[in-house]
Amino acid sequence: MLADILISLLLVVSGIFGLVGSFGLIKLPDAMMRLHAPTKATTLGVGGALIASMLYFYFEKGQFSFHELMIALFLFITAPITGHFIAKTHLHLSHKPSDLPRTSSGRPWASYESDADHARAEAARASGTQSPDAR
Amino acid sequence: MIAAALTFAFTCFGLGLLMNIYRLIRASSIGDRILALDTMVINAIALLALFGILKGTMIYFEVSMIIAMTGFISTVSYTRFLLRGDVIE
Repeated sequence: MLADILISLLLVVSGIFGLVGSFGLIKLPDAMMRLHAPTKATTLGVGGALIASMLYFYFEKGQFSFHELMIALFLFITAPITGHFIAKTHLHLSHKPSDLPRTSSGRPWASYESDADHARAEAARASGTQSPDAR
Repeated sequence: MIAAALTFAFTCFGLGLLMNIYRLIRASSIGDRILALDTMVINAIALLALFGILKGTMIYFEVSMIIAMTGFISTVSYTRFLLRGDVIE
């Protein structure tokens, strides 16, 4: 009975999280804001659904399986990576470097710095020749 | 009680899938479309897990594992293609 309540609670909470995540995808006004809802809320929702499924098979069917934990772990690991890549794509395709806020180091955003500039700046920083006000 | 909660969760994730399709059709930029596709993959995995509970079979977990991997790889390769013009350099 307690397991039933726990599984039902997990299912309802995960459903609400998934709905909120997908609703945020159509509700939020800006593309960068829209990135928040699916990568956090929906991932948590699907994790809850998978944990509920694992508990259901353990308590109701008497068989334990690691598959759900593996899928949930995989999704939790990959969600930030996909979020990062989508944010970077959006940054490069829809924003100009001049529109972005300035960094405090005098260098451009790491995403826009060319490899040669990066190597030069890092070498200067390693040899200690960087001026103190540039930090 | 589990059946009612299962119906509720099915409804929530199904509605979420419909919202993703709406965003996929009416997107303001290409990044939005990739994000909607990625969310559709995640919602599909959740629906598969719920369907496994409904049917009482564990055969759908391998399916959702493969869908999770395919979704991740396709999202990353799509964004990489847009960023660098090439998937594997």
